[in-house]
Amino acid sequence: MTLSLLISLVVVALVAFIIGRSRARVLAGDQISSLHSRPVYHGAYLALMSAVPALFLLFGWNIVSARLQASRVLDAFSDQLSAMSAPQVEAFLRDAKAIATGGIVGFRDETKEKAALLISEFQSQSDLWLTIAVAVLVLIGFLYGFRQIGLSKRARHIVERAIRAALIACSAVAVLTTLGIVFSLIFESIRFFGKVPFWDFLFGLHWSPQSAFESAGGTTLADDQSIIFGAVPLFAGTLLITLIAMLVAAPIGLMSAIYLSDYADDRFRAIAKPLLEILAGVPTVVYGFFAALTVAPAIRGWGEGIGLSVSSESALAAGLVMGIMIIPFVSSLSDDVISAVPQSLRDGSAGLGATKSETIRKVVLPAALPGIVSAMLLAVSRAVGETMIVVMAAGLAANLTINPLEAVTTVTVQIVTLLVGDQEFDSAKTLAAFALGLVLFVITLSLNVIALRVVQKYREQYD
Amino acid sequence: MTDQTLQPITPDGRADADASRRRSDADRRRHTAKRMAAERRFKYAGLASIFVAAAFLVLLLSTVVGNGLPAFTSNNLKLSLDLSAENVDPTDPGKADYRSLINNALKEALPFVSGRSNTRAARKLISSGAPTIARQTILNNPDLVGQSQVIEVPLSDTVDLYLKGLSGDLVSSTPAGSVDISDVSGTVELTSGEAVFAPFVQQARDLLAINAQGLLSRAGGIQRSLDQSASRIAAAQAVLDDAGSTESAKARAARQIEDLTATIERLTAEKANFEARADALKARAQSVSGTEELTENDPSLFVEAAGGLIKITKAGNSGATGEVLVSLANAGTFDTGNWAVKVFEVPESERKISDREIAWTESLRSAGAIESGWNDIFFSRGASREPEMAGIWGAVVGSFLTLIVTLLLSFPIGVAAAIYLEEFAPKNRLTDLIEVNINNLAAVPSIVFGLLGLAVFINFAEFPRSAPLVGGMVLALMTLPTIIIASRAALKAVPPSIREAALGIGASRSQAVFHHVLPLAMPGMLTGTIIGMAQALGETAPLLMIGMVAFIVDIPGGFIDPATVLPVQIYMWADFPELAFQQKTAAAIMVLLVFLVLMNAIAVVLRKRFERRW
Amino acid sequence: MSVSVEHTDSVVDPAPPVADEAVSGLKMQARDLSVFYAEKEALHGVNLDVASREVTALIGPSGCGKSTFLRCLNRMNDTIDICRVDGSITLDGQDIYAPDVDVVSLRADVGMVFQKPNPFPKSIFENVAYGPRIHGLSASKADLAGIVEKSLRRAGLWEEVKDRLDEPGTGLSGGQQQRLCIARAIAVSPSVILMDEPCSALDPIATAIVEELIDELRKKYTIVIVTHSMQQAARVSQKTAFFHLGDVVEAGRTDDIFTNPKDPRTEAYITGRIG
Repeated sequence: MTLSLLISLVVVALVAFIIGRSRARVLAGDQISSLHSRPVYHGAYLALMSAVPALFLLFGWNIVSARLQASRVLDAFSDQLSAMSAPQVEAFLRDAKAIATGGIVGFRDETKEKAALLISEFQSQSDLWLTIAVAVLVLIGFLYGFRQIGLSKRARHIVERAIRAALIACSAVAVLTTLGIVFSLIFESIRFFGKVPFWDFLFGLHWSPQSAFESAGGTTLADDQSIIFGAVPLFAGTLLITLIAMLVAAPIGLMSAIYLSDYADDRFRAIAKPLLEILAGVPTVVYGFFAALTVAPAIRGWGEGIGLSVSSESALAAGLVMGIMIIPFVSSLSDDVISAVPQSLRDGSAGLGATKSETIRKVVLPAALPGIVSAMLLAVSRAVGETMIVVMAAGLAANLTINPLEAVTTVTVQIVTLLVGDQEFDSAKTLAAFALGLVLFVITLSLNVIALRVVQKYREQYD
Repeated sequence: MTDQTLQPITPDGRADADASRRRSDADRRRHTAKRMAAERRFKYAGLASIFVAAAFLVLLLSTVVGNGLPAFTSNNLKLSLDLSAENVDPTDPGKADYRSLINNALKEALPFVSGRSNTRAARKLISSGAPTIARQTILNNPDLVGQSQVIEVPLSDTVDLYLKGLSGDLVSSTPAGSVDISDVSGTVELTSGEAVFAPFVQQARDLLAINAQGLLSRAGGIQRSLDQSASRIAAAQAVLDDAGSTESAKARAARQIEDLTATIERLTAEKANFEARADALKARAQSVSGTEELTENDPSLFVEAAGGLIKITKAGNSGATGEVLVSLANAGTFDTGNWAVKVFEVPESERKISDREIAWTESLRSAGAIESGWNDIFFSRGASREPEMAGIWGAVVGSFLTLIVTLLLSFPIGVAAAIYLEEFAPKNRLTDLIEVNINNLAAVPSIVFGLLGLAVFINFAEFPRSAPLVGGMVLALMTLPTIIIASRAALKAVPPSIREAALGIGASRSQAVFHHVLPLAMPGMLTGTIIGMAQALGETAPLLMIGMVAFIVDIPGGFIDPATVLPVQIYMWADFPELAFQQKTAAAIMVLLVFLVLMNAIAVVLRKRFERRW
Repeated sequence: MSVSVEHTDSVVDPAPPVADEAVSGLKMQARDLSVFYAEKEALHGVNLDVASREVTALIGPSGCGKSTFLRCLNRMNDTIDICRVDGSITLDGQDIYAPDVDVVSLRADVGMVFQKPNPFPKSIFENVAYGPRIHGLSASKADLAGIVEKSLRRAGLWEEVKDRLDEPGTGLSGGQQQRLCIARAIAVSPSVILMDEPCSALDPIATAIVEELIDELRKKYTIVIVTHSMQQAARVSQKTAFFHLGDVVEAGRTDDIFTNPKDPRTEAYITGRIG
């Protein structure tokens, strides 16, 4: 219904546009320039007046009606539903809705059928009144707008203001996204910390949410829960893999950047730079496949060759491949900051008889240090948040170890593990994923904010 | 003036001065050489870094291509199906029982297969999806109904891999000497005047020794695990014994000890087993005469003669006992050159394809019934548990639908936001805040967007799970910062003189932007958008959160049908143990990379084409 | 080289009606005009009259506020966020800073030509046609073509470009580009044309052509020109105003200013002692 109304509104807007435009033309006669605004603006103005109020009504009603409908059903069947738990009521509503719209339902019973009847009745009534209201709004808007059209009507101003409002709304999407992330993470986390104490989560040494499922049937003790949801092994695992990744990416990325910016000739750069860009463009799932299929067995074979026991999901394999993934990230960011160091500094050093490498090590790098530090911070943030490589190549078991040859797990791996598959949305396991997500968000955000600050300070220095 | 200054410098003194200058020259030269060496080292370190990165790229791509290429072809079996009217109703050909039609045709192709267990095993040569494919073929060409027709059906993945030579090689040799074969079927005796089987028996024994070594080293590995477990038990015991441990820690330690004890028991048994097998193998390897029993742990030995194939079960130097897998045309004596020995080095127990399957496959191949060609199934079907029936088309369509949603949302919103922020927004704290916000949003891990999608779109707004609509919305939010940042850069690159020119002749601000600035910035915006779309196409993690990881056989037909996308399909296949799936995974990656390369190429062309220097 | 400014009666004349205006009447008046960039005051209560159908030259050292003043005359300063304007400017007696004034119509009436030629990266025709189009000045395609031709003729560019109206305006030489910008400004029938150092990016020959054009244009339009070159001011203008540090030090007939400056600062500037 909403869709068909939406389409009719588009048609209405088109028709209003044409009418408005020709009306303005008729009023102006031969002297088009006697109009304050050109005819198209009058057309657009009339279209806006006719369709926009109805559009708002449509969206508003869509948000309200679902809640209204649910409360209607809940009122009507309060006797039957009072015995049910909240998730059961939700399931009941979902099923009733499905019956009403002809969807597939697991269990049908009499109450559900009745509820479905109520819902479809509500739906048809709501559709009827909505259609009438929309039609009335369109008519009022159109008539008002039509009367307003005149030689001195500043239609362009109104249309441009509407365009600007739309532009502002689009800019707001980015802000709303951030708010959405922050609020959804915080709300779910608060619910999680209602079940598991915050400090036990943050400083607990034992992580095995799988056992939460076993005890879910009986009464779960808070003590038990906190033992199960101790996130330190995850943080340690994330840290270990990130460290390995940075040990690979930082020197290789930085040295590549130095070579490209200060040594390589144009021909070499023209080949090497796209090569690094390709490395950056490879999807992470491909790196994950590479890590699991090639690198992990290779490391395991090599380790066993010299008599070391290596897990087939070793932190080393995941970290190494993640490092490869981050190389282009480090090198392009470092390249930017190294190139931003003024040539005059290099010339000054070269003028004293310093070799190129001495100039770079003693002059360029110290000058670019803040930028390089922030590049590294951004790379760390990238590594901490990376998901697919570790999901495919790192382990699931939460070992608290610093041995890179053993399997460790990370925050992102656990988020995926907890949320993939069918889950009750209220269980401590799903909520734990949001708490982990919050930690991840806070860490990466702080790293970014610090890095951007450093870069900004550094830029000001040379601008 | 003093005498001293006039005094000529003594030859000695001059020599001294020269020497000291020479020394300092040498010093300086040494010093310079050292500095130049450091310079070279530094330069080569930089060059090496780039080569290391390039090497990784080459290794990555060659792994993918090497694994993926075989999946682009497939082997099909040509079966002659009896499509006469009594089997297939010409008015409704979809209803026929294609399974039994295929089984009958298979029986004809392999007439020597008898017995219930053999028949069942023979049916496993072809894919369980064969009836579906046959039915599809007939439905596409209803004219075929009415008589016998040769239809191609897919072989099972194990046979397919064998035919591609990926399970091992069947090595053929013709020993000098004649052999006498007792019968055409059943258990047969092979006798020869010469020691025709001696090299193969020796080879088997050599291999036994190698295998024994392998088993021993595996036992060694188990021993290391045992040691580790023992030390962990000790650690847990220490926790138990420590009076300071909390109750919960003690309980955990006790549970751990229990687990570890069980593990130790299991591993000890496994180790003993390995060692016993190794000893037995060694003993057999050392014997020099007599017959050798060839088990499933030994390389398989076949004798080919008169169009038949015999599997050798027991072999001595000049005689052998065997099982006929493919009937011989005739029994009797075969001279040199009329018979051959075939060896498959990988023991039967360590490969998927059995000896009789190899024999039947070879028989079918020599009959010309096997056709190798472009793998249509891979490019036209959805997910399947059977590797030979699994395709990426469902995922490609899912990716396409998802990207359409992403593009329709993120491009207009991103461009509009960029226009507002760059052209209209007053420069104040709020605008700064939005800018900082967008920059930070660009660096938020993608998985967090997945959490947002799960909490807001699925749980709060009750959109369907696994739908391209929701996936597209999540990816749109994720790519929005990229597009906004790129679009703002494109707008910034348009010189202010263009805006002034338009304003100067009385264009309104909106007119100046939409008539002049936007068209000039559009190529840059499109480039940014394509790069954002390429990112979205390769993204996996957020889609896992919103249930696009479900196993979906059907090709999605709309924006709210359950669907999966290419990267998620890759992720799911990568988890399957079968070698065939590993190849499908690599092949799917190749397809994904081709799409990404195409998109980036378009972006590069766009940038080159419309690049404008002011 | 000569500039041809012809009249073709067959097309609509984009010039404003001139019948009942006194030849030397007042066109624009600035009273107590102060301009602030954030906290910095760029103009301190300037009073200046612009006479109708004459060329008024604004001269003075760099940063004296002459360009700022020019940009106030068609409210181009509105595009700068931190800019604030006090005082009043009238155009034909009406305050252009009054709240009900539509900036867009104002700028159609007070056109502007910039320091650097800035044609749109579109065809020559589109460059000139854009203004008439957004202001709805043409009733038909032929009408529009007429306006374009007229404007290009007035700008003395028609003969040079009539065969290549479809080529991009950015492909013309610097002097041609600037004349194209003048044609673009003329096309919306302004009564005043503001020129912000229109010849500073041109070579001497192109400068001479544009100066000749300015002299022609003053028959129909009121022109205010900012210039760095005193020779140019002397050549093209009838009135001159000398700006110094945000004040109008002296304004009057060009001949008087150059031959008999009253203020010592003016004298110092025109004799080259400050600059």
